[in-house]
Amino acid sequence: MLTKRIIACLDVHDGRVVKGVQFVDIIDAGDPATQAARHAREGADEIVLLDITATHEGRATLLDTVRRTARELFVPFCVGGGIRTADDAAQVFDAGADKVSVNSAALANPMLIDAIGRSFGAQAVVVAIDARRDPEAADPVRDAQVFVQGGRKPAGRRVVEWAREAEERGAGEILLTSMNSDGMRTGFDCELTAAVSEAVGIPVIASGGAGTVEHFVEVFGRGKADAALAASIFHFGVSSARSLKEELAKAGIPVRLPC
Amino acid sequence: MRVTVIDYKAGNLTSVLKALRHLGAETEVTDGDLSVVDRTERIVLPGVGHFAATARLDATGLTTAIRAAIGRGVPFLGICVGMQWLYAGSSEAPEQPGLGYFPASCARFSEGSEKVPHVGWNSIEARAGSRLLAGVEPGEYVYFTHSYKAPVTPDTAATSYYIETFASAVERGNVMGVQFHPEKSGETGLKILGNFLTIRAKGKQC
Repeated sequence: MLTKRIIACLDVHDGRVVKGVQFVDIIDAGDPATQAARHAREGADEIVLLDITATHEGRATLLDTVRRTARELFVPFCVGGGIRTADDAAQVFDAGADKVSVNSAALANPMLIDAIGRSFGAQAVVVAIDARRDPEAADPVRDAQVFVQGGRKPAGRRVVEWAREAEERGAGEILLTSMNSDGMRTGFDCELTAAVSEAVGIPVIASGGAGTVEHFVEVFGRGKADAALAASIFHFGVSSARSLKEELAKAGIPVRLPC
Repeated sequence: MRVTVIDYKAGNLTSVLKALRHLGAETEVTDGDLSVVDRTERIVLPGVGHFAATARLDATGLTTAIRAAIGRGVPFLGICVGMQWLYAGSSEAPEQPGLGYFPASCARFSEGSEKVPHVGWNSIEARAGSRLLAGVEPGEYVYFTHSYKAPVTPDTAATSYYIETFASAVERGNVMGVQFHPEKSGETGLKILGNFLTIRAKGKQC
């Protein structure tokens, strides 16, 4: 039976793992290669590395980080952050990533999705969407807006429509982050996740807001997510993917165990 | 052990090479140098992409060289589209024939309430006596990402279930294929690749 994936996310800045709370405060949480290996050993089904270094010099550091992280990692490995062209993506694949995640650059130039998909296959393209509910809208979920620049600027697109377009252009997965819940540990945005998951035929990875096991049970059930991403829940010894999955299994969620 | 990895410009070989090297294999990549295939001890045909990309194997002469190597008894492992290529063809690219080593053709998962592609970790049930899957317990998980699949036939070495039961591995003699990605399937995947590197080639195939 196909299982629900628990994906460990490492936010990386200047070659170090950090974790933002609502994209602002930053806490140092270690070496990416060491952290990725630890998460894989402790049962994570996949590793996502999101580079939040926006500088040009940061690119070389990132490629070195990807290379070191990929070396001994034998689970799927996705890298995002600063990928603006198909050439950027090719460099990240060469360094050992299996997938790239594109966000602002794909909104600015949607053909980027087509280009990476054509060269590397749809399975290698994850379109990341930073979403914020619009409290003023008639339907805050259907009208949820896409944001860019770390959640600071509206992109002028509706989340569900952009997810559909991304799929049509050849995205293999959608990584949906709720900006309202990110880092808050108050639970995923299940309504929004379900709306996107029902609108597309590709897997949806839910992100933002994980704080308890029950939050994961909800997003895999009501939220119709295929995978869930978590950063803070894994850090500082709060929990491991394995112990999380053991709890999910007790709640009837199909997960990869033993792992 | 010298392993030739075939590059037919359909995606990224880094992960496969990394896993084979991690297991101690000496890897050599070719995208058309047939002499490499002529003297190799093992062939791996990876694949993340479209079945139509295998047309390049015909154009470069690699199909003929691989067929000859298989005839000499060189163990062969196809991964994902590389496995599908071992069959007669795939409805993904009906005009492009496969190697035809295994009868039957690959087809897309039927659309319904489940999502296509099939992406993620799913369990496999290996047939007793499979050399490729020796030591893999029923229900061990491996990582899949695909929309097309091979049907279950007498050559099927393992089955998995998503929408329907399909062949997640195939094996006859020294010719093997896996629909999943062993290079991305943790310890189970490394065990399977390790089996491929250490099995003794059985007598000549024809």
